[in-house]
Amino acid sequence: MSTDQPVHRRRFSGYPLTWRLPIIFWQILFFVGPLLFMVAMSFFLVKNYRMVEAFEFKNWEKMLTRGYFWDSYFLTLILATLSTIVTSLLAFPAAFALAFKVSPSVRRWAIFLLVIPFFTSYLVRIFSWYVILAESGVINAMLATIGLGPYTMLNTKFGTLVGYMTLTLPLVMVLQTFALSNIDRNLVQAAHNLGCSPWRAVYTVIVPLAKTGLIVAALFCFILSFGDFVSPYYLGGSKPPTLPILIIDTTKSGQQWPRAAVVAVMMMVTLITIAFAALSLAYRKRASR
Amino acid sequence: MNWLSWGLRGYTLLLFVFVFAPIFFSVIFSFNSARFPTIPLESFTFHWYQTIWSDPDVWTAVRNSVVVSFCTSIIATFLGFCTAYTDYRYNFRFKGAYLALVLLPPTIPLIIMALAMLAWFSKIGASGQLWSIIIAHSVLTAPFAMAICRLRLNQMDGDLEAAAWNLGASEWRSMREVIVPFCKPAIVSSLFLTAAVSFDEFAISWFVSGLNKTVPVLILEIVQGNIDPQVNAIGTFVFLVSMTLVIIAQLFFTLRHSKVL
Repeated sequence: MSTDQPVHRRRFSGYPLTWRLPIIFWQILFFVGPLLFMVAMSFFLVKNYRMVEAFEFKNWEKMLTRGYFWDSYFLTLILATLSTIVTSLLAFPAAFALAFKVSPSVRRWAIFLLVIPFFTSYLVRIFSWYVILAESGVINAMLATIGLGPYTMLNTKFGTLVGYMTLTLPLVMVLQTFALSNIDRNLVQAAHNLGCSPWRAVYTVIVPLAKTGLIVAALFCFILSFGDFVSPYYLGGSKPPTLPILIIDTTKSGQQWPRAAVVAVMMMVTLITIAFAALSLAYRKRASR
Repeated sequence: MNWLSWGLRGYTLLLFVFVFAPIFFSVIFSFNSARFPTIPLESFTFHWYQTIWSDPDVWTAVRNSVVVSFCTSIIATFLGFCTAYTDYRYNFRFKGAYLALVLLPPTIPLIIMALAMLAWFSKIGASGQLWSIIIAHSVLTAPFAMAICRLRLNQMDGDLEAAAWNLGASEWRSMREVIVPFCKPAIVSSLFLTAAVSFDEFAISWFVSGLNKTVPVLILEIVQGNIDPQVNAIGTFVFLVSMTLVIIAQLFFTLRHSKVL
């Protein structure tokens, strides 16, 4: 990577700044600005349906002393954690197969296919699940032909999880496949040669070596599930609402933007804490024995 | 151990079925005449497509979506390319903070960004406009553009630019005649990919759009009512658009191997 300046450009040059400044300007104005303003807004007051700039702890008091806020908070936390565990565990064998059991060209195609849904309408996919999982939907109609069901899958935690996984499973599979593909094959081979059974090799050699990537994949899964409102709303029945639904209800119907900001700030604090914990776990050196 | 590795493959296939089932059924049901979509299928019909075709709201939404994703892709790709080049070429103090500033937006839940944008835009008097969505989407998608351009620059021989300078080209000229042509596949790929992300984004659009609905916002509002098979028809259309964009993006992105400047 060349960092030399060409000889005739030793003097001050606008060239580097042309490339450096646009994004700084843009992100401060439209990314940092909005987020900081939202934090400030959590201290504003609402009088006669109008927001008044102030510095009061009223909204914080109102939200954090209510039972329904904490019900939502823990529900969201539990659902996102559950989604992270279930998705990571379900994705792992597939990522393992894609990393070790198929040819590189199959792996490339698999990743190509898995990237597509991530950029296609999540909303429409959830609506499609709604129809598939309904009481008279596709799955129950199939089960009925062998004399089972109907099962209630909508408005349950199961429905919410299916929705979360629609969003997160392709991404987690891709990230895990990358993590596992980067492992030095010789180390796995060495374990086999030393008489380690394939099962044992998975959790004593492969998982520790891919730890960082696996944890990052799980972290993304958690963030996406924690912030999603579509699945818990349409597939989970939203009783009680999760935090994102609470933000929507408070903003859209109540016109209580400052209180919604309190919920959002609480979500951010939680996510930052969890991200730091996960990343320090991911990059921690293993204790040498 | 053969049965185990076949078992693993079968299992992997099953997960792919899970991932693609909703897309598959959405397309199937968009041609099915039943009011409530289920199996067995009723007769084949174009009815739902005719309904949306003759609905002026859908047309307005499509126009809005096209404008938004077109503008977003250009702004985001420009910002992403500038940043990728800066990261490739320069080292400076606070570079870590600089990169964090660029790369963080996609890790923040959309609903939080939506609330923050809504509040900020009404504070600065810019809410409810089409371009408020464009601005918000550019923030969201610039990191994707940055990543794509950065990966491409990684493949460039670091001496190429220096060689252009030695041959007497100014920095601007070597940018124009060496760097940009080399990055062209990445730039095209990023235009399509950021357009796809913008075309499907609904949370921020829903919050800041006001009366200017985009297609996903329209879907969100229809879905809130009740089961309406129209959604399958719009959804199939949306899938088609975004899959085309993503596949074109990926094709351009993988073209890199075939041509080395």
